[in-house]
Amino acid sequence: MSEEKTHIVPYKTQVIVLFVLLILTGITVAVTRLEFGALNTLIAMLVAGIKATIVLAWYMHLKYEKRLLPMLVAGVVILFLLVLFVTFFDYSYR
Amino acid sequence: MESPTKPISYLDYKGEYKGILGWIFSTDHKRVGLLYLYTMLAFFSVGAILGLLMKIQLIAPGYTIMGPQTYNSLFTLHGIIMIFIIVVPGLPAVFGNFFLPIMIGAKDVAFPRINLLSWWLYAVGILIVLTSQFMGDGPPDTGWTFYAPYSFQTATNVLPAVFGAFVMGFSSILTGINFVVTIHRMRAPGMTWFKMPLFPWTLYGTAWIQILATPVIGITLLLIIAERTLGIGFFDPALGGDPILYQHLFWIYSHPAVYIMILPAMGVISEIIPVFSKKTIFGYKAIVLSTMAIAFVGYFVWGHHMFTSGMSGRALFAFSFLTFLVAIPSAIKVFNWVSTMHKGSLDLQTPFYWAVSFLFVFMIGGLTGLVLGSLATNVHLHDTHFVVAHFHFIVFGGTGFAFMGAVHYWFPKMFGRMYDANWANLGWGIFFIGFLALYLPMFYLGIMGMPRRYYDYLPEFHGGNIFSSLGAIVLIAGLMIIFINLVRSARHGTKISEKNPWGGTTLEWQVDTPPTLENFEEIPTITGKPYDYN
Ligand SMILES: [Cu+2]
Repeated sequence: MSEEKTHIVPYKTQVIVLFVLLILTGITVAVTRLEFGALNTLIAMLVAGIKATIVLAWYMHLKYEKRLLPMLVAGVVILFLLVLFVTFFDYSYR
Repeated sequence: MESPTKPISYLDYKGEYKGILGWIFSTDHKRVGLLYLYTMLAFFSVGAILGLLMKIQLIAPGYTIMGPQTYNSLFTLHGIIMIFIIVVPGLPAVFGNFFLPIMIGAKDVAFPRINLLSWWLYAVGILIVLTSQFMGDGPPDTGWTFYAPYSFQTATNVLPAVFGAFVMGFSSILTGINFVVTIHRMRAPGMTWFKMPLFPWTLYGTAWIQILATPVIGITLLLIIAERTLGIGFFDPALGGDPILYQHLFWIYSHPAVYIMILPAMGVISEIIPVFSKKTIFGYKAIVLSTMAIAFVGYFVWGHHMFTSGMSGRALFAFSFLTFLVAIPSAIKVFNWVSTMHKGSLDLQTPFYWAVSFLFVFMIGGLTGLVLGSLATNVHLHDTHFVVAHFHFIVFGGTGFAFMGAVHYWFPKMFGRMYDANWANLGWGIFFIGFLALYLPMFYLGIMGMPRRYYDYLPEFHGGNIFSSLGAIVLIAGLMIIFINLVRSARHGTKISEKNPWGGTTLEWQVDTPPTLENFEEIPTITGKPYDYN
């Protein structure tokens, strides 16, 4: 029923991903020194979101999976964002 | 094992351990299901007695058998037991565990050890909750909702109750993960998604809610613990927190949790009705799609519990609208069930009685839900007995009736013995009358303005309360008949080995009675649709 294959990611890719993550961490820190007001939070969340996506895709192998798993993960993220949206819909009009 | 003639049943199988250890260390999905069943039977009895005591207190105004503090802790414990120990794990943990693998043609769930672990977490969670009753500062008195700010101000033992519910949450999540993987990976060859029976379909929708909503309550309960022990100020206005944020977080889980309770119940009804109508189910795809629609839309209606809490006007409107939307897929199902019975050759047996009475009480519960989902009427009815009546019609009437139907439907398969049908029918009749007498007057009392969670009431509510309390006694009498009949029959009932006593078409009626250790000697290949009576 199942053709299990394990995908072996070369060290080079792993190291590149690591450095990209470190650079993004640097950006997160750097941004705190600038004053954008409420936008600061937004930028921090965006960078964190990109980092999480990279970790999921490469380190957690989602990139190498068949379509089903990435779709399920995307569905969960969308649901989470919708719940956040509905909650803050209340707060922003109070 | 090496007997060439007939493999032995899961009940007679001798594994590594004997006696009770053979159960609490067994990874067989059928034994795990029965472990849940026995645990629930025990705690349901406790919860029902607590409910009866409350109704006796309310039979007359003023102090009857208890004072206000006792009453507060009774309805808290009644709620915690009935919600977290009974109806949330409920049908998936008992009948999902027992029948999901069989109905999709598998030998077990995907992760049998994790399955056993989830029962253990459940049992440990129960023990932790119980300690809250016997420690220094008295049993918790917050209600099962643990609303802030009271839950971090009361001196009673809120912490163990909250932590126990937190631990039970993990049990729920693990069951959900197990079922999703099982359904994705272990369906028998030929069983495409739309050839899967409806009970597994509802378990699938439920499992996703268990995985995605339960962490929210887990974190919320941790925040309550942090608030009580460290005084951080998430929910305390004095420290800049927001009590309404607690209500948001709590209901983001607890409304979808209602669908954790009711979806599998709808699945059970979808199994019983075609079998006892001897007719193919009407609108199979509509039932499947409405199941998934309920599971999805059910995430976005939680605000209807907070209409009087001080949300913004636009949020009120949105939540009310979304709540009305959920009524559509629910009604689609009801129409499908009724259409299935239409012109069928009805076989009036105990499971069918439960299924039909489910339709009746579920309709009342659902329609009164719309009364509460409308903004204007909600303001009048919020926190009255009307709400109590509504959710007992849904949770006890809906899930409870379906659970009883499921027990009576699958009992011969599970135990290889038959219960006494006359006693079972009598028990159903008394229970049903008691149920209506108990909860119908509460609608009236609520409309007249009797608040919930009070140990006392004004003299004008006396008549309705007498009626309701007598109903509770009748209901308990019916419950005793049902339980005694089932417990006795599980040990001494007439033995049956017939594979298909009801004439069902799903896979569990093609395996041995009771099932063998691995359910199937040979995994079947599925060619047709379920519920094919042509
Ligand atoms: Cu709700």
